[in-house]
Amino acid sequence: MIKNILKKENYNQNLNSRYTKGKLYFTVFFTALMIAIIGLAILLFQIISQGTEMLSWTFVSSYPSRFPEKAGILSALVGSIWLMGLTGIFAVPLGIGTAVYLEEYAPKNKFTQFLEINISNLAGVPSIVYGLLGLAVFVGALNMGRTLIAGALTMALLVMPIVILASREAIKQVPYSHREAAYALGATRWEVVRSVVLPSAIPGIMTGAILSMSRAVGEAAPVLAVSALVYLTFVPTDPFDRFTVMPIQIYNWVSRPQDGFRELAASGIILLLVLLLSMNSIAIYIRSKYQNKSEE
Amino acid sequence: MLNNQAEFKNKTHMGLSKRRVITGKIAEIVFFLCAVISIITTVGIVVSLLSQSLYFFFEVTLWEFLTGTRWAPILKPQSFGVLPLVTGTLLVSGIAALFAVPIGLATAVFLSEYAPDRVRKIAKPFLEILAGIPTVVYGYFALTFVTPKLQIILPDLIIFNALSAGLVMGLMIIPMVSSLSEDAMVSVSRSLREGAYALGATRSEVAWKVVVPAALSGIVASFILAISRAIGETMLVTIAAGATPRMSLDPLQSIQTMTAFIVQLSLGETPHGSIEYNTIFAVGLLLFVMTLTMNLIGHLIVRKWQQVDK
Amino acid sequence: MVTDEYILSSDNLNVYYGNFQALANVSIKIKPNIVTALIGPSGCGKSTLLRCFNRMNDLIPIFSLDGSIKYKSQELYDDTTDATNIRSQIGMVFQKPNPFPKSIYDNVAFGLKINGYTGNYDEAIENSLRRAALWEEVKDRLNKSAIGLSGGQQQRLCIARALAVNPEVLLMDEPASALDPIGTLAIEELIRELAGSVTIVIVTHNMQQAARVSDETAFLMVNDNRAGYLVEHDYTDKIFTNPSEERTEAYITGRFS
Repeated sequence: MIKNILKKENYNQNLNSRYTKGKLYFTVFFTALMIAIIGLAILLFQIISQGTEMLSWTFVSSYPSRFPEKAGILSALVGSIWLMGLTGIFAVPLGIGTAVYLEEYAPKNKFTQFLEINISNLAGVPSIVYGLLGLAVFVGALNMGRTLIAGALTMALLVMPIVILASREAIKQVPYSHREAAYALGATRWEVVRSVVLPSAIPGIMTGAILSMSRAVGEAAPVLAVSALVYLTFVPTDPFDRFTVMPIQIYNWVSRPQDGFRELAASGIILLLVLLLSMNSIAIYIRSKYQNKSEE
Repeated sequence: MLNNQAEFKNKTHMGLSKRRVITGKIAEIVFFLCAVISIITTVGIVVSLLSQSLYFFFEVTLWEFLTGTRWAPILKPQSFGVLPLVTGTLLVSGIAALFAVPIGLATAVFLSEYAPDRVRKIAKPFLEILAGIPTVVYGYFALTFVTPKLQIILPDLIIFNALSAGLVMGLMIIPMVSSLSEDAMVSVSRSLREGAYALGATRSEVAWKVVVPAALSGIVASFILAISRAIGETMLVTIAAGATPRMSLDPLQSIQTMTAFIVQLSLGETPHGSIEYNTIFAVGLLLFVMTLTMNLIGHLIVRKWQQVDK
Repeated sequence: MVTDEYILSSDNLNVYYGNFQALANVSIKIKPNIVTALIGPSGCGKSTLLRCFNRMNDLIPIFSLDGSIKYKSQELYDDTTDATNIRSQIGMVFQKPNPFPKSIYDNVAFGLKINGYTGNYDEAIENSLRRAALWEEVKDRLNKSAIGLSGGQQQRLCIARALAVNPEVLLMDEPASALDPIGTLAIEELIRELAGSVTIVIVTHNMQQAARVSDETAFLMVNDNRAGYLVEHDYTDKIFTNPSEERTEAYITGRFS
């Protein structure tokens, strides 16, 4: 037997000071969280205190103007809704298709691995770079001009990784036994996807689709590069019209030194945040409703 | 009877089979093409940035671009040294990182190691809101709130400045640091924590001396990805940091980032094909290379760490 | 049973996880410097009992208990008893080896550092590794990562890590269940080596192992409400050859599990 040379008196546990240190750490960690939350609170308070005065029906239903009291966000609001819709039309089917391919079809090989790395890198490409892509390809090479459709295609490429990620997660949640049951009845792979996988993954996919569109509504940089317009006094009526969006209108107002425009910017931000919040609430609602259902 | 049944079975099988097989094949091809779009997107980005930059590099040498210390693409005499834009970008991102890295990490430790479920459920949506706010809103906040408040303490502060933009950008990327770091810490196995507790470690010793070191690669990856995000961020710096390309690390001054420059020139509706137009692609290419490198490193670390973990 | 001075003892101990009762009226007395094995069918609460001895159950939010459980004369779940302090005197080795992803040296040094060891570190680490019968195998690569060791070596490292804190008791929760036969044999020999200098309480589902390594054996079973209770606690020889309770004999001979 090997003798134990360790001695009790050689340990100086010093528990009190360690606990004090622990409390100090706790305080620091908790403060960090509070800094983030208080930062958010101040931000929201600043916007609400500046923006509520100008917020009115006139603001929503008027075009921009040189006079702050007459100015409104109509053209940008309609532009944002157009852009959101068109982006969804392009991005959602393509994103779902990619997700289905990766989850249901893709063989485990180098190409699939490359696809996955590529998609995760695309998610990290700065949005302004997508703007340059849109400018060079859709506006320039494909000669679409600085139109809604060019903006929407650009934005669709930007948000596609979000749709792909959410759809893959949703598809992964479908139990393998459900697929096996369908295969056992003689269904082909496509029939399994169509009748088993997609129907049960739909709520998750919808959540992802809504989140991707809310990202599109908030983005300004790529639209700036494609549209270059910050001041528009008509409402786009078809995908080949020129357009502007809410974040760009807000940017335009923020950049003006007069207080009146700063307040307009805050009003625009409130409208934008309300729009985003309602979209996200819908997404959360779908998710929770689906979760409850699956627990039954 | 038996014979009939077999015949019936055979018939339906043969009748549907061909169409079903073809439909299945078409579906597979369609899904595959969807997936290929993501590759086309990457190729599109690289080709459009490279081809337009090529025109730029016919007139300005790569060496002059990368080492020149004066950026004046519009004013005559023109000068195309990109370093002032790079230092501007790094200055703002550096301030953001100094602010967001410690706070994001501490938040992550709190959420992963201390917070009871109830607190976590309340706190995380706030962080998600912070992450979901459009960047123009942060720009507005930096310009109309943070800068005036900072000017009270720092009278020398210019209206458009790197400090305020950097701090607000820090606030913006805190959720990214904290959520990725928290993921890394949560996945540290329970048995490691128990091992440390069983040796008489306190909660904070377990967090700081066992969990954080074990999750270190994931945490580092979160820093890299967040800083890369800061480098590529556009509207916030366009609104709040100014439009003065300046080779200086003075945070109180107005600077210009690479992204803000791209926006500035895009707004002017520069004629297609002019050197000014091509300049934004050259700057965009540099930006793309910088962020791509950081993202690749970040993802590589995450991947490696996941493998080790399993 | 001979009464001695007891190092760990419980009296009418009841343990709950939320509404579920895991242990019912367990009264057990454990003698110092011998090996006591806890055996019984799975779900009988033997691990739960073990984890009460060094308050590892504190980490589970829904855990609660009543009755008495003492380390020497100190009530373990008293308000004045500090869990951290208790854990530095009552060490634990887990089912799966869980070395920290650090060097071999740093793994053993961890407990010394946090417990404020003032002596010579190199000496203390060598001594702990020797006591865990690992020194010869690792003395040339102390700065290499502990993750590179074999499963059996990792488990002995975890024992060395626990010994470095100089505990009076070592709790072992199925320490060999994740190891191959050679690793298992090494751990069993080590347990016999350590008996005498440290009190060992070992949970095992392997009855041969209990028979090989322990001096005393306690047999637990589940009652109709799935709560664990103590059937019999005696010298290991007696439990395995001539148990007082029929239920013990039935279990030992494999008539149920």
